[in-house]
Amino acid sequence: MNAIYLAAIGNVDERIMKNLETNVWQVFGFDVQRTFPFSDPAYAFNPERNQYSSAVILREMLKQKPADAECIFGVTNYDLFIPMLSFVFGLAQVSGSAAVISLARLRQEYYHLPANDALLRSRSVKETIHELGHTFGLTHCADTQCPMSLSNTIQHVDRKGEDLCKNCSLILHETIQQRHGAHNAVEKL
Amino acid sequence: MKTHWNIMVVDDEEVMRESLAAWLREDGYCVDTAVSGLNAIDKAKAKEYAIYFIDLKMPGGVDGIETMMEIKKIHSEASIIIVTAYATVDTAITAMKEGAQEYIVKPCNPEEISLLVDRIVKIKNLQRENTILRKKLTKQYNFYDIISKNSKMMEIFALVKEIASMKSTVLIQGESGTGKELIARAIHFSGDRAGKPFVGVSCAALTESLLESELFGHEKGSFTGATATKKGKFEIANGGTLFLDEIGDISSKLQINLLRVLQERKFYRVGGTEQIDVDVRIITATNRNLAQAVDEGTFRDDLFYRLNVINIQLPPLRERREDIPLLVNNFIERIAPELGKEAMEVSEGALKTLMNYNWPGNVRELENAVERAIVTCKTKMLTEEDFTFLSHSHEQKQWAIPEQMSLDELTNQAITATLNRTHGNIKEAAAILGIDRSTLYDRLKKYNLPRN
Repeated sequence: MNAIYLAAIGNVDERIMKNLETNVWQVFGFDVQRTFPFSDPAYAFNPERNQYSSAVILREMLKQKPADAECIFGVTNYDLFIPMLSFVFGLAQVSGSAAVISLARLRQEYYHLPANDALLRSRSVKETIHELGHTFGLTHCADTQCPMSLSNTIQHVDRKGEDLCKNCSLILHETIQQRHGAHNAVEKL
Repeated sequence: MKTHWNIMVVDDEEVMRESLAAWLREDGYCVDTAVSGLNAIDKAKAKEYAIYFIDLKMPGGVDGIETMMEIKKIHSEASIIIVTAYATVDTAITAMKEGAQEYIVKPCNPEEISLLVDRIVKIKNLQRENTILRKKLTKQYNFYDIISKNSKMMEIFALVKEIASMKSTVLIQGESGTGKELIARAIHFSGDRAGKPFVGVSCAALTESLLESELFGHEKGSFTGATATKKGKFEIANGGTLFLDEIGDISSKLQINLLRVLQERKFYRVGGTEQIDVDVRIITATNRNLAQAVDEGTFRDDLFYRLNVINIQLPPLRERREDIPLLVNNFIERIAPELGKEAMEVSEGALKTLMNYNWPGNVRELENAVERAIVTCKTKMLTEEDFTFLSHSHEQKQWAIPEQMSLDELTNQAITATLNRTHGNIKEAAAILGIDRSTLYDRLKKYNLPRN
């Protein structure tokens, strides 16, 4: 069976990665593997904006995706952007096999507030479920409590819970079943 | 609702294009991308996109504004957002002037883009809903192509259904352009004779001898030019309905002939000797006052009574003004595509102009006015400017205050006429008269007027 690969892009706190590993396994039911850490994404750096291009990072991750990866998920401390927007918390290929999140704006320190590790862990879990959810075909959810709801601000992230709503859970479950079915069929062949 | 709308991102820069597309896809939209203006125009020809994000500066000869203008020619409904990294007032003005919905400078706040797209989609959903509802409404008030929600017309529709399968003759009276033939068709097509022919003849269009031959047919050689035997409309309509329009204009001789057919259901072709039996339902129509013509001795009373078994009086359009918006929308929906125009709307101001006009030519005049306005309209919205010709086409009748009329009498008449027009609806009448309901009640009391 394929696995979801987590990749630290640059230096990322191991405790965050471990916590995400557990949560991803619980929510998506796939084996969770770790890739070797990716180096600092200097290739994606935009000096004018002092930010990193999430689309360029995604493209690089796809190049390095292991053969048995259901999808590859990157976590970075660097602030991400897409050219159109001033920042993004993360970016994913909808129904694809790569997604990335940035911890930069999930930290209280970014908003000139005292660090809060528990809050950072919770926010990173929500955004991970959100972006990985996209790779399983989920789109933004109208339920503001659901991690699949769109967050454009940190307040939106905090308003969300860590558990998918009933509808998103059902869709995710169906997609996972289909993918397992497809893999089993390929293995039998 | 989001997935119903397609979005196109046009940018020569791959990262810009693909990242915005990915971000919008996360929101549930179907997103396609184009690498240049020409590429976008080609794709727009093949598929309809609701929203376009177009980069202002693109190499290859076709910039963002030119791309937008070309796309607007293909899909005038499309919402276009011009994107630029370097904003100048001039380009912003040009973009908006040429029809861009928004002009945004990248990078934007994500919340701003979300709100912008949500707002456009909401408007598009409302527009779509509006179109569907309007169609439903027209359908609801559509009785065999006659559109009305007017109470008098509703009574006529009910009567039509009731008499549809009877054989009795029907006389439809009403001003020119009120839809007399449509009512005749409705009677025919909602009754037992629907599967049989409906034959219409305009009695005013032909001379006496020609009309006689047209109605009853003729035998070969019966007159100069009768080179072959020809069936008349009575024979052609056998089993069905014969609609005789402008019946008030037929000659005395034809009145006698017609009376005989109505009495005996038998007739002879012109120059013929063989009696022909027919089973025809006769519906006649006129814009003349036939009862008055009988009094004046120009129309036979016995024929009048034969024709006037069931009488339908069609109200003029000025007495069913509430139908004007429904009719206008229906005409736009029908005529605009025929004239190769895309979906058009009508402004409140234009509707007000149309509601206030007297319509001496009734529904037919309204239809022609809408068609003329559509032809000359340069935008997608018919405004009062498109109907200025109405004020020139007919001199509006000047109303003069009768001599020696007191202010009280004038007020009394205004209130009575308005209440008649609103069928006793106090709220509506007060609004038309521009006074409070309580004031209207006071006046009714003062002039001892009934509410209805």
